[in-house]
Amino acid sequence: MSHLLQTTFVPATSPSLRRPLTRTTHYPTRALHIQSKIREIFMPALSSTMTEGKIVSWIKSEGEKLSKGDSVVVVESDKADMDVESFYDGYLAAIMVDEGLSAPVGAPIALLAESEEEIAAALAQISSSSSAAPAPDPAPAPATAPDSSTSNDGPGAITGVSSASVSENFSSRSSVANGAMGSSVHPASEGGKRVVASPYAKKLAKEFGLDLRGLVGSGPNGRVVAKDVEAAVAAAAAAKVSASGAALASEITKPSGGGTAVDLGSVVPFTTMQNAVSRNMVESLSVPTFRVGYTITTDALDALYKKIKSKGVTMTAMLAKATALALVKHPIVNSSCRDGKSFTHNSNINIAVAVAIDGGLITPVLQDADKIDIYSLSRKWKELVDKARAKQLQPHEYNTGTFTLSNLGMFGVDRFDAILPPGTGAIMAVGASQPTLVGTKDGRIGLKNQMQVNVTADHRVIYGADLAAFLQTLAKIIEDPKDLTL
Amino acid sequence: MQASVSSLSISHPNSTFPSNISLCGLRQEALRIHSVSQLNKRESRRIRIVSRKSCLQKRLVSVSASASENCGPPKSFDYDLVIIGAGVGGHGAALHAVEKGLKTAIVEGDVVGGTCVNRGCVPSKALLAVSGRMRELQNEHHMKALGLQVAAAGYDRQAVADHANNLASKIRNNLTNSMRSLGVDILTGFGTILGPQKVKYGKVGFPNNVITAKDIIIATGSVPFVPRGIEVDGKTVITSDHALKLEVVPDWIAIVGSGYIGLEFSDVYTALGSEVTFIEALDLLMPGFDPEIGKLAQRVLINPRKIDYHTGVFATKITPAKDGKPVIIELTDAKTKEPKDTLEVDAALIATGRAPFTKGLGLENINVETQRGFVPVDERMRVIDANGNLVPHLYCIGDANGKMMLAHAASAQGISVVEQVTGRDHVLNHLSIPAACFTHPEISMVGLTEPQAKEKAEKEGFEISIAKTSFKANTKALAENEGEGLAKLIYRPDSGEILGVHIFGMHAADLIHEASNAIALGTRVQDIKFAVHAHPTLSEVLDELFKSAKINASVTEPVGEPVAV
Repeated sequence: MSHLLQTTFVPATSPSLRRPLTRTTHYPTRALHIQSKIREIFMPALSSTMTEGKIVSWIKSEGEKLSKGDSVVVVESDKADMDVESFYDGYLAAIMVDEGLSAPVGAPIALLAESEEEIAAALAQISSSSSAAPAPDPAPAPATAPDSSTSNDGPGAITGVSSASVSENFSSRSSVANGAMGSSVHPASEGGKRVVASPYAKKLAKEFGLDLRGLVGSGPNGRVVAKDVEAAVAAAAAAKVSASGAALASEITKPSGGGTAVDLGSVVPFTTMQNAVSRNMVESLSVPTFRVGYTITTDALDALYKKIKSKGVTMTAMLAKATALALVKHPIVNSSCRDGKSFTHNSNINIAVAVAIDGGLITPVLQDADKIDIYSLSRKWKELVDKARAKQLQPHEYNTGTFTLSNLGMFGVDRFDAILPPGTGAIMAVGASQPTLVGTKDGRIGLKNQMQVNVTADHRVIYGADLAAFLQTLAKIIEDPKDLTL
Repeated sequence: MQASVSSLSISHPNSTFPSNISLCGLRQEALRIHSVSQLNKRESRRIRIVSRKSCLQKRLVSVSASASENCGPPKSFDYDLVIIGAGVGGHGAALHAVEKGLKTAIVEGDVVGGTCVNRGCVPSKALLAVSGRMRELQNEHHMKALGLQVAAAGYDRQAVADHANNLASKIRNNLTNSMRSLGVDILTGFGTILGPQKVKYGKVGFPNNVITAKDIIIATGSVPFVPRGIEVDGKTVITSDHALKLEVVPDWIAIVGSGYIGLEFSDVYTALGSEVTFIEALDLLMPGFDPEIGKLAQRVLINPRKIDYHTGVFATKITPAKDGKPVIIELTDAKTKEPKDTLEVDAALIATGRAPFTKGLGLENINVETQRGFVPVDERMRVIDANGNLVPHLYCIGDANGKMMLAHAASAQGISVVEQVTGRDHVLNHLSIPAACFTHPEISMVGLTEPQAKEKAEKEGFEISIAKTSFKANTKALAENEGEGLAKLIYRPDSGEILGVHIFGMHAADLIHEASNAIALGTRVQDIKFAVHAHPTLSEVLDELFKSAKINASVTEPVGEPVAV
């Protein structure tokens, strides 16, 4: 899958990056940005495949006067070294990326002040910019505004693709943050603190912006190899599809309901992400999965929710907590099989929850959901949702899940099943809780709120009895939720 | 890498290249088939550049001081010339000696052909021929661009290994036959110098034979250099000797040293599916190359491939795989000497250069002390003893003297020595000896690198200029869809002298000879730019290169007057 992804890969840069201005008619590319009278010089995209550039040398030094057209810096891309010229007259106020260091395309590398007096202001801006969020992007500079020819390969494309690259990057792997990994840890990796990955695996991970620390390798001695990285990226895309068609998390965006304009009758080639999804979907066929469903009465849970809702507790956090507590008793359901020969008992219970976002889907992860109290968990969830909305989730916040939750209940869906993201052991599809006429053992008929859950699992490691026992435990916890608030 | 540091430290300052690369095999075959015409041509060319001494008889006054006593009333020797070591250097010297009418013997303790034919350039070229094709077949994009459709390419490891082995034995037989048919005596056993003009040889456990010779050439070559702390087991921690047998293709191999040998093997291994980690002691990969060429080569040969690297580190300890544990490599920072990292890989190839093989030569019998194993010689390959005096009738060529550890350099040095002992003074210009690295695409060079040329220019007070051309503008290269490449010329704009030429691109190793011949013959840029190249050929890259050089107007135009016919 890597070929297509490689060619169009764009780094998962923060979408808060303002659109830099590039011009291909005047090579080398210049990238400048207006911010009052202090402009930022961005890392230009010198080729269509360039993702980051290395500063070979600064031709001008801080405080030096620049004229339009002067070469300011030499940048090394994957293809060549190029001089980058200034687009404006002014003073090189501050160098933000030193010689020998690299910066992603579109990242600011220096500040340009219009006059000498503003140099100090520029320096102040640097010191504050680390804490304060950058100001919104003002209108583009007139000189570059008419040029749209670079929008496909220039850094300006980042904004459009970032959601795709973010969701490509997440994966559902176990977290390594707390040291010891599962059973197949590399003997020399010092309990998972050190990544042992093959050269190609590292290259791929860098390309996909994947954090290798979360990965369990299938190579010799637990080494992370290329296919592990590909599988992790695939898992991400698969998780997207497994819950697609809509999604939970009305917290973030209301589904558009097909509101976007579609050119009827046209053949649309897959985007990079769709390609990845397509491959992953096919790949998921190689995992023998099965499903077990269960009907759980939620009256007690609903009552509890009403009681503690005012304290900021969300239903998602409650479900995640209940699932995590059940997983503690059934660790096998929290395991994962990667190579078909061995499996890993994940050391942390990290609940990934599928969330629809603009143009895709992401699975923010509630790490150690079994250990964190429900109030903290709810706050954490809020924070993750905010970050996801701003597309600022860090890789470990979306690719470290060990068990996935997908909830379509808010659409009135009463049952569905999910596709297992490759690299994880199980995913649970949660339907709507609705009043149901129930006959009880004592022969009476009553109305109870019930929801159906349906777990899809990898039968190579998780068997029917495992899931059944897990679901029974989960039902007990939900039907008697006092443990949730402990 | 360890490589550059150690290979530099153990070799003569002039030798930038750990050996292992040459065209020796093919050249010797050509010699065998067309020996007469070829040799005549070579001689006539040489006549132009070396002063020819008057007397051309067989036994001649040697340049050494003590020669007179031997040249007096004929003292009887078993041979005119005895060469210790039947590698490419010894073979080249033997053929030329026979041609000069010398009664010649060659002593070989192992197999004819030496490192180059058996454990170096020849088998590695067989592997590289395979890797080049694999790389091409696997490059779907490249194939599609040519309109070709190829199903998944695969390979049979044993068959690839056999190809390398068969090639080596074929070339070895050719070498042996070429010497036999010319009447060179091949004496089997390890040769030891007993005293002036006296050599003993014999296999272990057999009685020694003693022979006398008017002149003796030491051509014992080199063996892979293994730094301290590295345990070579021949299976998971290997040198080029083992790697060429291609007994395994590991999933992940660390290559210690990113010089010629390491680079060529990275090309082979990655084409066959391995992933490679380079370990380099210097801060930059490929330290022996012109920096600009090295940078470009890294973009093409390293970055897009399944290769990563650690620079500025020594592999201070390498433990072979055993008991289910992987090969463990301890990396130490080259500057701070502090432990930096530990690697666990499936195999490690030690490509840290080569060490001279001069033990047991009996050099103590004639008061010669080796310098880090190398036999000290002057510019005419005459051996220098511990007191700094020349040892009469004793020469040393090839890797054993460390001047330039390349097979074809050894051969050229051997021919130079034979020229001297037959009465013609000859000094080999090492700056005219080309070197090549047979990656895909290839790298080749002759003369000085840009930093070397700059240093020389500063010291001697002249200007240098650089001209460059790209393969992207070459029709033939584009027809092959191989436009990636650069040719670079370093020259003096005041005189037009060619100081160095560096080529990275398709068939660079074959293209370099126009430049090396020009340097050897003293041809200047303003002359060679009028030479005609067939169109469309890759050689036009050099044509364009020479034409783009700017010579100061004051310099006179072509030396040789054009002749109308």
